[in-house]
Order: sequence, then structure tokens, then C-alpha cells
Amino acid sequence: MNHADPVRITSALDAGNTVKTTTCYMCACRCGIKVHVREGEVRYIEGNPEHPLNQGVICAKGSAGIMKQVSPARLTQPLMRKPGSERGAGEFEAISWDRALDMLTERLAKIRNTDPKKFAMFTGRDQMQALTGLFARQFGTPNYAAHGGFCSVNMAAGMIYTIGGSFWEFGGPDLDRARLFVMIGTAEDHHSNPLKIAISKFKRGGGRFISINPVRTGYSAIADEWIPIKPGTDGALFMALLHEVIANDQIDHAFLKRYTNAPQLVVEDDGERQGLFAFDPAAGPPGDGRNPHNKLVWDKASGKVMAAYPAGIAEGCDPALEGRYTLADGTRVVPSFQLLRERVADCTPEWAATITGIPAARIKALAREMGDTAFKQAFEMPIPWTDAWGKQHPTTIGRPVAFHAMRGLAAHSNGFQTVRALAVLMSVLGTIDAPGGFRHKAPYPRHIVPNYRAFSAPEMIKPNTPLNAAPLGFPASPDELAINPDGSPIRIDHAFSWEHPLSAHGMMHNVITNAVKGDPYRIDTLMIFMANMAWNSTMNTMAVREMLNRKDEKGEHLIPFLVVCDAFQSEMTAFADLVLPDTTYLERHDVMSMLDRPISEFDGPVDSVRIPVVPPKGECRPFQEVLIELASRLKFPVFTNEEGGRKFRDYPDFIVNFEPQPGIGFLMGWRGTDGGSHLRGLPNPRQWEMYEKNNCVFRYPMPENMHYMRNWNRAYLDFAKDKGWRQRNDPIQLALYSDTLQSFRLAAQGKSPGRRPPEALRERIVTYFDPLPFWYAPLEQAATDTAAYPLAAITQRPMAMYHAWDSQNAWLRQIHSHNTLQVNPVTAHAAGIADGGWCWVESQWGKVRCIARHSEAVEPGTVWTWNAIGKASGAWQLEPGADESRKGFLLNHLISEELPLAGQPGHTISNSDPITGQAGWYDVRVRIRPAAPEEPEESFPQVAAVPSPPGVAGRAAGVLAYFAGKRK
Amino acid sequence: MHPAWSVILFTVLAGLGQGLFVMLVRASDSGIAPHLLGMAGLASTVLLCVGLACSFLHLGHPLRAWRAVAMWRTSWLSREVIVLPLTIAVVAAWSLAQLAGWAHAQWLGLLGVALCFVLWVCTGMIYACIRFLREWAHPLTLVNFVLLGWMSGATLFAALGELLPGFSANPLWLSAATALTVAGACARLASLGRNRMLKPVSTPQSALGVRAAKLKQMSQGATGGSFNTREFFHGKSALVVRNVRWIALGLAFALPLALLVAARYQPGAGLVALAALSQVLGLLAERWLFFAQANHPQNIYYQAVA
Amino acid sequence: MTQPAETLAKQLALVIDLNVCVGCHACVTSCKQWNTSGSAGPLADLNAYGAEPNGTFFNRVQTWEAGEYPQADTIHFPKSCLHCEDPPCVPVCPTGASYKRKEDGIVLVDYDRCIGCKYCAWACPYGARELDESRQVMTKCTLCVDRIYDEKLAPEDRKPACVKACPTNARLFGDVKDPDSEVSKAIRERGGYSLMPEWGTQPANQYLPRLVREAQEF
Ligand SMILES: Nc1nc2c(c(=O)[nH]1)N[C@H]1C(S)=C(S)[C@@H](COP(=O)(O)OP(=O)(O)OC[C@H]3O[C@@H](n4cnc5c(=O)[nH]c(N)nc54)[C@H](O)[C@@H]3O)O[C@H]1N2
Ligand SMILES: Nc1nc2c(c(=O)[nH]1)N[C@H]1C(S)=C(S)[C@@H](COP(=O)(O)OP(=O)(O)OC[C@H]3O[C@@H](n4cnc5c(=O)[nH]c(N)nc54)[C@H](O)[C@@H]3O)O[C@H]1N2
Ligand code: SF4
Ligand code: SF4
Ligand code: SF4
Ligand code: SF4
Ligand code: SF4
Ligand SMILES: [Mo]
Repeated sequence: MNHADPVRITSALDAGNTVKTTTCYMCACRCGIKVHVREGEVRYIEGNPEHPLNQGVICAKGSAGIMKQVSPARLTQPLMRKPGSERGAGEFEAISWDRALDMLTERLAKIRNTDPKKFAMFTGRDQMQALTGLFARQFGTPNYAAHGGFCSVNMAAGMIYTIGGSFWEFGGPDLDRARLFVMIGTAEDHHSNPLKIAISKFKRGGGRFISINPVRTGYSAIADEWIPIKPGTDGALFMALLHEVIANDQIDHAFLKRYTNAPQLVVEDDGERQGLFAFDPAAGPPGDGRNPHNKLVWDKASGKVMAAYPAGIAEGCDPALEGRYTLADGTRVVPSFQLLRERVADCTPEWAATITGIPAARIKALAREMGDTAFKQAFEMPIPWTDAWGKQHPTTIGRPVAFHAMRGLAAHSNGFQTVRALAVLMSVLGTIDAPGGFRHKAPYPRHIVPNYRAFSAPEMIKPNTPLNAAPLGFPASPDELAINPDGSPIRIDHAFSWEHPLSAHGMMHNVITNAVKGDPYRIDTLMIFMANMAWNSTMNTMAVREMLNRKDEKGEHLIPFLVVCDAFQSEMTAFADLVLPDTTYLERHDVMSMLDRPISEFDGPVDSVRIPVVPPKGECRPFQEVLIELASRLKFPVFTNEEGGRKFRDYPDFIVNFEPQPGIGFLMGWRGTDGGSHLRGLPNPRQWEMYEKNNCVFRYPMPENMHYMRNWNRAYLDFAKDKGWRQRNDPIQLALYSDTLQSFRLAAQGKSPGRRPPEALRERIVTYFDPLPFWYAPLEQAATDTAAYPLAAITQRPMAMYHAWDSQNAWLRQIHSHNTLQVNPVTAHAAGIADGGWCWVESQWGKVRCIARHSEAVEPGTVWTWNAIGKASGAWQLEPGADESRKGFLLNHLISEELPLAGQPGHTISNSDPITGQAGWYDVRVRIRPAAPEEPEESFPQVAAVPSPPGVAGRAAGVLAYFAGKRK
Repeated sequence: MHPAWSVILFTVLAGLGQGLFVMLVRASDSGIAPHLLGMAGLASTVLLCVGLACSFLHLGHPLRAWRAVAMWRTSWLSREVIVLPLTIAVVAAWSLAQLAGWAHAQWLGLLGVALCFVLWVCTGMIYACIRFLREWAHPLTLVNFVLLGWMSGATLFAALGELLPGFSANPLWLSAATALTVAGACARLASLGRNRMLKPVSTPQSALGVRAAKLKQMSQGATGGSFNTREFFHGKSALVVRNVRWIALGLAFALPLALLVAARYQPGAGLVALAALSQVLGLLAERWLFFAQANHPQNIYYQAVA
Repeated sequence: MTQPAETLAKQLALVIDLNVCVGCHACVTSCKQWNTSGSAGPLADLNAYGAEPNGTFFNRVQTWEAGEYPQADTIHFPKSCLHCEDPPCVPVCPTGASYKRKEDGIVLVDYDRCIGCKYCAWACPYGARELDESRQVMTKCTLCVDRIYDEKLAPEDRKPACVKACPTNARLFGDVKDPDSEVSKAIRERGGYSLMPEWGTQPANQYLPRLVREAQEF
């Protein structure tokens, strides 16, 4: 029988296709892709094998990019809220770009002319903070941040303040060389495809993989061992592990003495230097965590105090890690490691067992296994290198125990100290930037504390003047806080205030609540880019939706003007006064810049670009172009030439020609007029072409002697300074003991001169700004009757969905059209909830009704669900009866953005880590009960469906049968 | 399996037509006027044709149905597709021959009866040959298709005798219908009994190749369902299935039997016609049950929606 | 009726390594996008934006739990047509639309010939076939026959879309009759096994089991 030949059919169909490379943005991993286009329609998206990140593979989301292009929810025209209609009702009329831009320019010019801080700009899952940050700074407003504050700033800050780099995009586990991999609190993470590639290679290579997580999904599924833990208790586990490895003497003494502040002497005497490092005044002023390196150690060999550097690390010296000493002037001092030792002395495995639910014997064995792997399986790589003090090391020592952690640690209000505990554990095992351990990615490591000072005084905000400092930074002392003379916050989100001093990524989760309260002041215009603050990225969703539309007694909105730039009809767009329709990732230029969040590899820096593959839909305009247009119209200095005219034609032109420092631009590849100088060089007018020709990615493999030990690697430090990644080339000593934290504590205790927190916050700062890591129960627990709300409720990232981005994606939503609450059968039976039955989940802040599923893969004290699957009716052009709104639900309804301020009745404070302002998503406590049989089988709460705005493509007919180009 | 109305109607109506025809041929020398036989034969033809039409409705591409004759060497469905039109043709020809008073109709009659039986076998084998559908993969499936079709035809034939003057109300026909109903009931009860005893051969353990004692599906990979959740599940509660079973047994066997027996004492009261009607309705329920009870091993893979 | 299967010299197949599959569904949507615009497409989606969205997919990834807390395992389980060596779905097809290729053992559907009777799907114990509701023809994994033999593709691209996509390389592709192929070696060395061996379908696709590595003693 002759059959139709599929090979011939497809081959003929594909004959005229074009293939272009660009960068995926179905999530923030940013893999290289090859996009096949047939007759103007996307036919196939595959991973680009030439791309260092994904090496040819692709994920479920990336493979479903076609459905994003054809989404019925695409916005295609600028929209203005219909006069007289309510915010949130979603009634719009289409307007022209001219009108939209005129309106915006006029409004923004007026604000900039009077009080620039009344313009607030907050951005979500974008990766273009170098541009949005520049825009805010040029505008002159401090009220700018991206989503990091509600995402994972605890992870970033906790590790950056300890080891100068972090997991996330700034570093990761060296699984090519590790033998033991311990993954903590990670479900999917940003480095999604590379991590999958690495874990699979690691397992096939015979490595052992342990996952510590209350829940077993995704990566944890293939772990050799799953250690269930109670949420919010990892800090206790790490403290107990530290207790064990120190008690077993499974610590890297030589490493601690040379590369960390473990031997450095801390002042014990009461006073303004108490708890800070003693220093040699002859070698400069006292250090502030950032500089200088003029601290002291006790040399056991000579029995003398000496400068930590270079004397203390000289040949023949043996700095003490323990004991108590007295300086010549009589000051009592102690090596910081002695304090750590004392701190963990009580943190026994038995103590941790009661907190974490992990048996003490298991904790002991885990500590042993970590120590054994680090030291008994240590290896040397024949890679010679020279350290910052000129010592030549003939080899590089591998410590094959690698860790990885993410929001399971970060998204708790004790996350900063928990992450610190982990970083200290990794440090005592000597696994920092070591083969087989944790490794940095350029431009990390940074100084501890990174040399980015946020603006710090109200006088810095002036009409028509750019901010003379970045809106965001890493404070190294109370002097770098953004506070008024009375100690109150300057920023609308209260970031960098005494409430959350080290909120390095801002606190987007409090912007709306604070703006509506007018705390600390009322703003005029709020611009939201790429964030769904009316639904899944906000806490307390229903109240926030109400606040977005709240009016004062005069009938004026408390947030007078709300601009939303989105590519889709999200829940957020319904609340906008002005909607700016963005392009999709296949329609625009973009850069993954070293100035921002590049995609570097362990072995060297990598940046990449997006190049349009298909034309923008309708009147969509890239937000970048809109920003450059506005910046030019508003005549921001950086965007204006000497004659007062527009400096940059468009975004690609800006990318090529803008230089924050001579020779440094957004893109580091093919600089120089002929494209011959990489990393640093003159602007190259043909730079985009060169990226386009080279798979849209630039990779600079560094020589092997710069691959490891980069905190102290002379060659690397010099190189990094030369390339502008860091201001100085001095080494980055690991901060096991954080004098930075102590400086805040001293201020709160009133011991140090200078800024002092308001009374109400003093005790809080004294408690949490502990220079040594410690475990405390998440703050919400103190505000909760845990007997009434006994269960922890958390979410997971589903691998096949990205927050709200993909709900309108016809293929991905078939995989997760709704979510359920996963409950251990023991817990469910106790509550009388059937498998598949409807139940109520209640916290003290709110309640949801949802479907429960019994699951053996969850710790009995925890319930969980997939994040951001539930949707508001009518959003995303989903039909009103869609599963997402009828069966799916959002856990956010149970979570409050504010908690009562301890000891201050009537006062509230952000539900966040007291140090970094990281949103405490995973702290909420709940109880569960079956829904009554007569209740509707529908999730609760429900919201009224919004109408379709003009210009959206609209729902497809009942059947969608996508076929690129014309049918056969 | 999901009971498809097209297939239910097809098998019930065609089976009825076949059964009626078998009885007509058997009765052709019993003194019934040929034109009456011819008319009844045409009724049988119509039933078969309606069945055929229903079976077309089951196809995604009815216009391509002719292609289905291709694989008669391996496929019982293909064989059925060949036999069904042949049967219709012969049944129709016999009927016309009766109407026309053609002499050699007898041969056609015998051929038609043979085809009817072959058609039953083909239909039955379509189900019985799927070896992992264990409720079906048994000779009883064949026996049932033959017996139940024949039974319904016999009852209908007896009803004609009761209703139509000139169709001799021969008690023999009543006995035949009664006997076939008893036989059909026995065979069906036997298969129901057997099904009840069946232990699934495939288990989640064998389906996944994972030995754990407790193995539970948390997600089938598609929360909105799929072809697999539609085609192989009846989607009704166990209670519904149980009720349908009682309805099927009652309407197809118990009630007709009672009516047939009563008809002996109350001839001409329309009881046989009632029995025939009840039996057809009962068989519709029975066929629904036949599908609903077949537990496809693929269902192991499609238990959870979340 | 059931004749013993003809033994073919070559049998292409997928081998799925459950030891590394993380359940990411990359194989699911990459399969969908490749096939919807190719010879097997378009693959319809019903209620694409409504309640109970569902469509034609050749490959699905399921999640199972084995054992009881705390010894519970989560297993991600991808499943597509297993290209059985004795495929019960083929002989039942009345039109010959369903066939098994002699040259490489791939089981295919000829969509121009298929009448949509669904009988082949009934005859597949694995639920590996899906009727496309829009075209009303039976569809299933083609083993990307239109990739693996397309000489216009670069040799390294002549692999199934799902295999190329899979981030953990959990999907191996090759000739299970060639003892030296990657798949044959994996089956041999890693204890590859068949699904529902009880039906004698001899699936060409095999699965590699989970391995658990215990802590090392020193
Ligand atoms: N309960 C709970 N809530 C959480 C979390 C949790 O774990 N649990 N996680 C939190 C975390 S870490 C994060 S990062 C947030 C994420 O939350 P968000 O940052 O709000 O992310 P999304 O909702 O996915 O996307 C925001 C918007 O970006 C739009 N968008 C997509 N592509 C484009 C584009 O190309 N251009 C433009 N202009 N817009 C586009 C989408 O349409 C959507 O409206 O959620 C937080 N919320
Ligand atoms: N496919 C996909 N990829 C994504 C995203 C997405 O939405 N979809 N979102 C992106 C974003 S914005 C982010 S921030 C990253 C986040 O990446 P992840 O951090 O991997 O994301 P989460 O799902 O928040 O994972 C948190 C994990 O921590 C566990 N957990 C919760 N509390 C605790 C605890 O107290 N202790 C321990 N040990 N574990 C705990 C949860 O069970 C969960 O497994 O993912 C990014 N990648
Ligand atoms: S991991 Fe993210 S960037 Fe990479 S292919 Fe998937 S969606 Fe695209
Ligand atoms: S898995 Fe099913 S469809 Fe595929 S060859 Fe085997 S029986 Fe046929
Ligand atoms: S549905 Fe198509 S392929 Fe399947 S048996 Fe019927 S005709 Fe053959
Ligand atoms: S081999 Fe091709 S058709 Fe089969 S599952 Fe993989 S991608 Fe889909
Ligand atoms: S792509 Fe690979 S890892 Fe992901 S679900 Fe499929 S087989 Fe598993
Ligand atoms: Mo995030």
C-alpha cells in the first residue's frame, strides 16, 4: 500500500522558511533560540545549540512561544480609561500614540518641574533595569525599583553581604565537578535550562543529590534523597550543621584564616566600636565593611597582634581562630570565629530537630557527609593562580560539595539571616569559588559591601535635576539609608529606611498600600511595567485591587494617575488610566547587559541580545522606545545633545552609543570602531550586526587562571577592574561576621554617633541586625495564633508556566488550567477533607475555597499549590467560565502585605524581612476545613469579569488549529 | 469505554434487523403471505440501513468509509464493513423477491441468514478481538451479539404475528422468542458474572514499571482532559452504571419474558409488542452497559485531572 | 488473527530515562509545535481559551507518587506512542491508514486514508493515540519521521523534536535492534524495561528506572 510520505510533505512546507536567532523571553532564563518563520508566521522555535546557556535545549514555555504570538489577549493600541468609568472595570477607549505620549510628557514634565518624587516607577519581571533605573535617575525620582524586593532579595543580599556573590544569576553550583549536591528550597529557578542540563549530567556522572524542601516536585523528584523540612526553619538546620562541622573539626582552617574575616579581631568592650572589627588607625580610618582592609588578627606563632593584611597572612604567621585577646591599648578583642563557635554551641542537632522536623541523627549524618565530601573527596586541579597578596598557588583545590538555594530560603522574613547561615556554612567548608563548590559569574564577586550607594538624603531630590546617586544600592552603614532627618522614609516603598535598611532591591510589594495611605506622602503618577500588581504579584490581592481604585473625600483617586505598560490584557491593565501596549520578545530589540543582569557563565562574562524576528503587532511599541522617546521629550541630560536636541535616534542607537563610563556600554562584545575590542572599547556602529551574526550572544571565556578563587585572584581582580566590573582591585574577604550589620545595631543601641532609628524600631534592629547568623521564627508567627492556624502554606513554580505570563497560552494552559491545594493525607484526613474535594483554606488575613488533593510528597505541616495559576475572570481574554477562574485559585488572598509592628499597638509594618524588606510570601499560617456540600463548586473569591478592551485580538473560535503559513 | 450512541444504535438496530430477517426466512414456508414477508423483510432492511447510517455517524470521515474495505485480511471492522452492505443487499433482494413472488427467493433467504450470522460474528469479533479489553475478549461476547440480536428479532417477529392479521400467530414463534430471550439472558448473565470476577491484569505498577506498593497518579499532564479521558471513560458514577444494569436486565430480559409468558394466556392483547419494545429499549441500555463496563487498561494512565 | 509480529531488522524508538526526567514538559510542547505546522498537523485545541481546554498532543508527561511520606517518590512519566513491535493498533485498522513501516518499525497513520473510526485507539493498551477533533483523523507520535529523514536538515537536527528539546537528555533516540546504538546500550546497562509487558505488544520504546545513590562511607 502506498502511503503519503510525511518527509516530503514537511520538507516541502518548510522549503521557504527563514531561520533567525534571538533570545527567548518566555522566562528570565534567556536561552538562545532559533526561530523558524514560514510566510510571516512562526513555525518552530528550537534551542540554539551554539548558545552557551541552553546548548540547544529548550523548555516547555520556550517551545510554546508561538502561542504567545497569537494570544487573543495581545494589546495592540494605547488605551485610555473611559472617562467616568471606574478603575478596574476595564472600560477603555483606544487613543493614538501621539496623544498618549503628549499626555504623559505633559504630566511627567509638571511633576519633574515641581516634586520629582511624586513620580514612581516600578517594574516587574523585566531584565532592563539598567535602562529603567537610568530613566528614573535622570527624572530625579528616588521612587524606582524592580521586582527584586518581593522576589528574592534575601538570597541576593544575604550572600552578597557574606561572600560577595550569590545564587540566582550571579553564581551557582559547579555541578561538573561536585560529588554531593544539596539543593534547598528550589523548585525551578531562573537558571532553568542550564540547571536541568547540569543536574542530569551530575546524576549520570554518579553524583549524589539531596533536596531539602517541604515538598517534592520537579528537581527534587529526581533527588537521591528528599529531606522534608518545615517551612521557615532552614536557618536552624544550617546552624546545627555549623555546630556539627565545627564540633567534628570538618572545617577548612587554612581557607578561613586566609580568605575570610574569621580570624579578624572584634572589639568586645562596650562602646561605639563594640562588635566592630578592631583596626590599626595608622593604616587609615575605621572600616565600614566596604573598606579599608586595616583590621587585625592575633598571630599564634608570634603571640602578637598584627595587621590582618598583608602581615597576618604572611608565611609563618598563624592567625588564631579562637581565644580572647587584649590589644596594646587594653581593648578586649576576640577572633570573630570564636564568636561564631560560641553562637553555634547551643545549636545542637537535637535543638534543630524540634524546629525543623528533621531527626537529629539525620542532621548529624548530613553534616558528616558534607564534611567528608568537602575534605575526603577534595581534589586538586592543575591550575596555578596567584592570590591578591602575591602568593602563587601551584594548584586549585576542589571542594566537591555544592549547594543551591532559592526562594525557599529567601521568601521568609528570617531569610536574610538564614541565607547568611548557609553562606557561612559554605564558607567554613571552603567551597567558595572553588571547583566543585559555589562559583561566581561575572561581574560578580562584588565588594562586600558592593560599592553602590543609594541616594541618602532628601536634599538630593531637586526639581528638573537628575538624582546624584542611584535610586537603589547596597547600604554599608546607617549613613547610606534613604531617610529624612527625623528618621522617616524618603521612598514611597519605605525601602532603605530604618524599617528595612538593606532593601537593596526596593519594596515593590508596599508601593500601592503606602501610596494610598500617603505614607510618607501622596504621589501623582505610578508607572508599572511588566508586573501584575493587581493579581499574582501582590499580597492581599482583593484589598490591593480596592486600593487601586480608592478615592479621597473629594473624589480624587489616591493614586491619581496609573500608567501600565504590558503586552497583554492582564488583571493589572484593567486598573490603568493609560495602557501602553508593549511588543513581545520576538518583536523587539533587547539586551541582557553586564550593566544589569547578564547571562554570564562560570568561565567568563556573557551578554546577549534580542533581535526582532517578526514585526510588532498592531501599534505595539517596545517600552524601551517609549522610555527613550519620553526621556528625549523631557530633555533628560543623558538623552539630550549639546544643542538641546534628541541624542539617540532609537533604542538600538542608544545601546550602541550610550556609555556610562568611557569604553563601557550596555553591550560588551565587538566594541571599538571596527568591532575588534571586546569588553571595553569605543562604540561600534555595527555592533548589532555582529551580535546578529554571532547567534545574538557574546561570550568571553577568561583564561583558566581566572576561573576560580576570584574573590582573591590577583589576575582576575586586576582584569575585572580594568573592564569596569568593579571599582577597585582589592580582594573580597568573606564576611562570616558582618560588621555592617553591627553598625546598624550600634546605631539602634545608641552607641554610635550619627543616625539613630526611631524609638519604635530600635529593638527590632538590635534583634535582627546580628553580625552573626541566627535562626528566629518568621515574624508572622509572632503575630499568629499558631494553634488556630497550624499549617504553613506555600507555593511552587510549575515548570510549564511562568507566573501570569502564560495563562493565555493555549498550549501551556492545557497543562495547568487550574491548580489544587496539595495536602498530606494524614493532615487531610484529620481535617475531614476528601481527595479531590472542595475545601476552605483560611489564614487570619483571608480565605480561599479550592480543590484539595492528597499528596504523599508534602510534609504534613505544610500545604502547597502551584503559583499564579488562578486568574481573575475575564482577564487574559479567557472565557468567564475558564478553569483558571472557576477552579483555580491564588494563595495570595491569604497573605498580608503588612503585619502589626511588634510592641507598637496600632502600627503596621511591611510583611517582610526586617533587614532586606524581602516579602515574606512563605510565612503565612493557615487552617483547612471541608467546604459544605451545598456550597458552589467554584473557587473563592471570584471577581466580576471585565469586558474586552479595544484592540485586543479577542478570543479565537472554539477550535484553534495553529498552522504556520498557508495550509498544505 | 465511552458508550457512543452511534455504535449503540447501530448494533441494536442492525441486530434487530438481522434477527427479524432470520425469523422471516425461517417462517417463509409457514404460510405467511409472501407480500407480508416482503414488507417485513423491507422493515428489516430499513433497520439495517438505519444501523448503517448510525455507524457512519461514528466515523470522523463518513465519505471515506469505502476505504474501510481494504483490510479485510486483518481487521474485523473491515470485514464488518464488507458484510454489512452485502447483508443489506441480500435482505433487500429477498424482500423484493418475496414481494415479486420470485421463485428462487429461498436461496437468497438462506444466503441472507448466513450473512446475518457472519455479520453478528464480525460485529462481536470487533469487540472480542481486543485482547486486553477483558470484559470483551471472550466467546461470550460473540454469543451475546448473536443471541441478543436474534432474540430481539424473534420477539419482534412474534409481535408482528400478534399485531398483523395474516401473520399467523403461531405459538411456535412465541416459544422461539421466549427461548431465545432465556438463552440471551443466560448468556448475558454469564458474561456479567464473568466480568464481575475479572481482576485487572494491568496495574499502575505494570503500566509504569514501578514496583512501589502505593502508586498514585497526581497529574495526567492535561488538566482539561483529552481524547483519552473522553473516549475511554463513561464519565458516570458507579450508581448510574448499577442502575443502568438493572434497567438493561429488566427491560431486555425480565419484563419481555414475563410479557411473553403472559401473552400465551392473553393472546392478542399487545403484550408481545410491548415485549419487543421493552427489549429494544433494554438492549440500548445493555449496549451502553457493554461499553461502560469495559475497563480499558489505558485508563490507568488517565485517572487524575489535576 | 494474532499472527506473530514480523521481526524487523531496524526498529527506531525512544528510551526514556526516569532517573533524570524532571517533568518539565519541554518534550510536550516542542512536539506540539513541530507537528502542528508539519505533515501531521494542524493539531487542534478545543476550548483553547475556555473551560477544560484540551487538544491533540502526541506526547504527555504525567506525575505519579510512589510510596508513603516520608519515603515518597515523585515520578515524572512521559508517554507517547511506543512503536510496538507487535502493534495491536495496526491490524485492526480497516483502511490500512494505520501501518508499521518495514524499514524502521515506525508506526504511522496516513491521515488521507483514515476514516476516524477510532478503532485503533481502542486497540492500543497505552492510550497513545489521540483523535484530532478538528480534522477527525487519528493522530499519534510519528517519531518525527519528517525530521529524522529530512536531508534538508543538518545531520545533528535529524532527531525528534522532543529529544532535541529535552533539557535533561532524558529522551534517547535510536535503533533498538542495533546492539551498538546508544539506546541499546542504555537498555542493557541501565535495565531498560517495557510498559505493560503482559500484553505482548513488545513496545519498542523502553524506560530506564530510577536509581538511588546512597551516601558514601569513609
Ligand atoms: N503566592 C505567591 N505569589 C508570588 C510568588 C510566590 O512564590 N507565591 N512569587 C513572587 C515573585 S518571586 C515574583 S517575581 C512575582 C512575579 O509576578 P509579576 O512580576 O507580576 O509577573 P507576571 O504576573 O508573570 O507578569 C507581569 C506582567 O508582565 C506582562 N508581560 C509579559 N511579557 C511582557 C512583555 O514583553 N512586555 C510587557 N510590557 N509586559 C509583559 C504580563 O502580561 C504580566 O501582566 O510574583 C510574586 N508573587
Ligand atoms: N517555570 C517557571 N520558572 C520560573 C518562574 C515561574 O513562574 N515559572 N519564576 C521565576 C522567578 S520570578 C523566580 S523568583 C524563580 C524562583 O525559583 P524558586 O525559588 O525555585 O521558586 P519557588 O517555586 O518559589 O521555590 C521555592 C521552593 O522552596 C520550597 N520552600 C518553601 N519554603 C521553604 C522553606 O522554608 N525551606 C525550604 N527548604 N524550602 C522551602 C518550596 O516548596 C519550593 O519548592 O523562578 C523563576 N523561574
Ligand atoms: S528556560 Fe526560559 S528562556 Fe529558556 S527556553 Fe525556557 S522559557 Fe525560554
Ligand atoms: S503504543 Fe499503541 S499506538 Fe503505539 S504502536 Fe503500540 S499499540 Fe500502537
Ligand atoms: S481511526 Fe483511522 S487509523 Fe484508526 S483504525 Fe480507524 S481508520 Fe484506521
Ligand atoms: S518523537 Fe516527535 S512526534 Fe514523537 S513524541 Fe517526540 S516530538 Fe512528538
Ligand atoms: S523534556 Fe525531558 S525532562 Fe522534560 S518532561 Fe520531557 S523527558 Fe522529562
Ligand atoms: Mo521572582
